[in-house]
Amino acid sequence: MRTGRMAIAALIVLAALALLPFGSGEYVLGLLTLAFYFAVFAMSWDLLFGFAGEVNFGPSFLTGIGAYAAGLLNHYAHWPIWACVAVGAVAAVVAGVVLAIPALKLRGPYFGLVTLVAVLMLQNIITLFAGITGGEIGLDLPDVLSIDGATNYWIALAFMGISGAVLFGLSRSAAGLILQAAGQDAIQAAALGFNVAKHKLAAFCVSALFSGLSGAMLVFYMGTVSVGTVVDIAVGVQVIIAAVLGGRRTILGAAIGAVFLIVAGEILRPLGQLSTFVVSGVALAVILFFPGGFLGSFGRRRA
Amino acid sequence: MRPLQIVIDGFAISSLYAMGAIGFTLIFGVSGVLNLSHGAIMVVAAVVAWAAAGSFGAGPYLGALAGVVAGFVTALATYFIVVRPIQTSRAIPREEKEIFVLTGTLLWGIMLQEAVAHFFTSNPKTVLPLIAGVIDIAGERTSINKLVTAAISLAAIGLLWLLVNRTRRGKVLLAASINPRGLTLLGFELSGVYLQVWAIYGVLAGIAGVLLGAFLGVSSDNVGQLTASAFSIVVLGGLGSVTGSLAAAYVVGYLETLTAYLIAPSIRTVPVLLLLVLVVYVRPQGLLGRR
Repeated sequence: MRTGRMAIAALIVLAALALLPFGSGEYVLGLLTLAFYFAVFAMSWDLLFGFAGEVNFGPSFLTGIGAYAAGLLNHYAHWPIWACVAVGAVAAVVAGVVLAIPALKLRGPYFGLVTLVAVLMLQNIITLFAGITGGEIGLDLPDVLSIDGATNYWIALAFMGISGAVLFGLSRSAAGLILQAAGQDAIQAAALGFNVAKHKLAAFCVSALFSGLSGAMLVFYMGTVSVGTVVDIAVGVQVIIAAVLGGRRTILGAAIGAVFLIVAGEILRPLGQLSTFVVSGVALAVILFFPGGFLGSFGRRRA
Repeated sequence: MRPLQIVIDGFAISSLYAMGAIGFTLIFGVSGVLNLSHGAIMVVAAVVAWAAAGSFGAGPYLGALAGVVAGFVTALATYFIVVRPIQTSRAIPREEKEIFVLTGTLLWGIMLQEAVAHFFTSNPKTVLPLIAGVIDIAGERTSINKLVTAAISLAAIGLLWLLVNRTRRGKVLLAASINPRGLTLLGFELSGVYLQVWAIYGVLAGIAGVLLGAFLGVSSDNVGQLTASAFSIVVLGGLGSVTGSLAAAYVVGYLETLTAYLIAPSIRTVPVLLLLVLVVYVRPQGLLGRR
């Protein structure tokens, strides 16, 4: 019942957003385009944390692998965009599996730690091989998705819509329920005959797939790959904040949180350094006083 | 290559890391909290010491004192504003408190970092050393400040050891880190223990921040890196194990110094990260972890 209502509400919002390019300027569109890719980062993170109960501190490891795999291929081999994006997504899944198989054996904070270290390693590797990767400055890409703001906006919106639908659908499916059970009590879920490790690994792969896709698409929107935009710990931190802020275990909330973070950061930009202070303060207040997040408290009031 | 220089530098930085990490691990051991605003608290202490000693003309000693007090106050503020409300909240399910504390302290750390950058800019600042000048050790010119750093760190660690092992109050802390539920059954109020641990942590983080500011200089941009290094040390040594953190601090400090001197300063953290991954995979409970 609630699932249906949420899906309908999401469709209405998407439809309204699709009409936006007819009534607003390039600036707003550019901002929202960025926010939509970011929303996919946050939704994939929520699938892993909210449902599988695994805290991934390094979401930017997966987005970074996807982004750099796609970017390097395009820069050096001049492959077409779609092929680079596909390879980026596959690379993120492969890297995710390599990371997850040993890491998922660990419990509690250790899984989170391994994922955190993975990001730091990736960041160090990219900076060390600056001759190939462009290091801190980044790598320019010969191809971009489109030079038209509205087209870019629609591509990002469609991508977010499809990713959101798949992730949301997955979270409400039987597999999503098993994941949720495994996240809350792994031993009991295993005793009921479910292969917890297999389901968690699958969740990690799906999360990696969408993170990688989104990372790769994002670099072709921006025309450049750099550590600061897709790999840095700060990026991962923002993803986590977005998902918790929007309401964990809701998938759609993560998208709302991501758009809120990006837009709020931009509106407060005149405050300079204090803008980050204010955004973090608001996020902290939400966590302390409305732990369910935007969507969580909204849903409870309606119920 | 100067072996003695590596030994001295490594010892000073390791002792400093040890003091920073011990407070961090103590809080985890007693209350299960991983405080991700750790780096920010250290930076606040260092910057306050710098400002008090320089801009307000308090001199190095009063300045250092002001810095330690600032670290103490900030740590208690972290506890009362962020950690305690999450721990006592009824709206947050128990199994999710961990992620809430992590996210909450992380956000709080970012707020502190931005506040420092706003009021004092993010330029690197070097705190006035307590004792200036250089001394000659076996033909090696060493700044006295390095020795002071190591001496104060070791003294603070020693005092903490005495407190934990030789006083009744300290034994309560130790008991709380081994079995909190058992302690409540004996009639001790856990919230009082938590407050004490945070107070001790605040003093340690304050001293560590001020010394770091005098040794290497700090900027608000170092916050993340400082937290990450404390986190790695604590995990390497075993979460919650004070002895383990102590040993790990020296491993990390020397490994970093060796890398910086023998290979290149730009990759000084890479071997530590590799070691960390290895330890977490092979022995996830850390070098001396209990669990």
